[in-house]
Amino acid sequence: MEPLIELRGVNKHYGTLHVLRDINLTVGRGEVVVVIGPSGSGKSTLCRIINRLETVESGTITLAGRNLPAEGKELARLRAEVGMVFQAFNLFGHKTVLANVMLAPLKVRGQKKDKAQARALDLLERVGLADQAAKYPAQLSGGQQQRVAIARALAMDPEALLFDEPTSALDPEMISEVLEVMRQLAQEGMTMVVVTHEMGFARSAANRVVFMAEGQIVEDRTPEEFFTAPESDRAKDFLSKILKH
Amino acid sequence: MNVLTQNFQLYGDGFLGTLRLTVYSSLLALALGVVMAGFRVAPVGALRGVGTAWVAVLRNTPLTLLFFAMLLGLPRFGVALPFELFAVLALGCYTSSFICEAVRSGINTVPLGQGEAARSLGMTFGQTLGTVVLPQAFRTVIAPVGSTLIALCKNSAIAGSFSVTELLSTYKTLNENGYSVLWSFVWIALGYLILTLAISALFHFMERRWGAAR
Repeated sequence: MEPLIELRGVNKHYGTLHVLRDINLTVGRGEVVVVIGPSGSGKSTLCRIINRLETVESGTITLAGRNLPAEGKELARLRAEVGMVFQAFNLFGHKTVLANVMLAPLKVRGQKKDKAQARALDLLERVGLADQAAKYPAQLSGGQQQRVAIARALAMDPEALLFDEPTSALDPEMISEVLEVMRQLAQEGMTMVVVTHEMGFARSAANRVVFMAEGQIVEDRTPEEFFTAPESDRAKDFLSKILKH
Repeated sequence: MNVLTQNFQLYGDGFLGTLRLTVYSSLLALALGVVMAGFRVAPVGALRGVGTAWVAVLRNTPLTLLFFAMLLGLPRFGVALPFELFAVLALGCYTSSFICEAVRSGINTVPLGQGEAARSLGMTFGQTLGTVVLPQAFRTVIAPVGSTLIALCKNSAIAGSFSVTELLSTYKTLNENGYSVLWSFVWIALGYLILTLAISALFHFMERRWGAAR
């Protein structure tokens, strides 16, 4: 499989906390990698360094063989290739749903307005929200906002999508509508890195499960192997806690 | 009443002088204030330094001192401008530091995540600031910016001491001509009231129109 995202020897501290320790991770094109682990294990940070919302102290990050630049226009261009979906949705509050999805194609890609609008409506249709296009984010439920956020990321035709706990802020009944959209994307061959606590999604949609603890990647295996026969004590302990209820 | 009717020309010139000072200085203060607020949140350290220094120097200097510095200092370096322009520069720069801080507080009300979302979509710092952050920041700073511009209008009275035609300085002439001090000031105060109430009305309208929806 052709590697799309590669992290080599990545280290990061928050003050004295060593939040990422010598991270090596390769995500192939079309692969779905689910990152799980206890809170504070560095999984969100791992997600955020891939498009440099957080800087790293050492190590290299490459996207499709190109080094991630430090700052400026070059970085912006590479960021446009990697979409990101956040726990808090982060829709632009002063713009309608449709305008949220169209904004980056207009500003970053310089697309024509009617083309961007047609594509945005298409994507909203795909996440089941075409009828909400004229509303403002505050008028939508959490699950709807998150689906708009996914459509917004897709509008840039990214090569990969990063999901940073996309369902952690949602009511239980809204989680499934978001996971369903994500499952579809996975089936269509989108490269995805998903930080989540949804073990059901990890089992059914992931090609690989990466288990992190204390800033390190402890296990990196298929979901089948990981969930039925975890190797490390740390993973066994984690699974016993979350699978009990 | 006859103070006003017999000196209408004088009052009118003073009123228009204050109006000019207020309008031009406000425009300068708004432009500089927004740019400096942008500097203060910029990813480049040097720009942040410029923004911080700008605010520290101008916000903490007495306005009269700034007038002296501009009107007496700049000509020594060969910068000779009309007094009114000096006054606009002094008032505009001074007020821009307050506008900057108001806008910066507005920027801080926009959730950080929206900026991250914009950047993750490939938008540059300028695009993020201009299309996502500032439009939302402006909604929350309409009221404090209005207060700052009202203060600017009244501060413009200092320009009168530096040979600029403005409303307050009309009292000198009236006093020399033997008019009642009390009535001279009543009409001057009314002139300021007209301007400041107009500014309040304008900002009240803007707040109704664009203010943050709650």
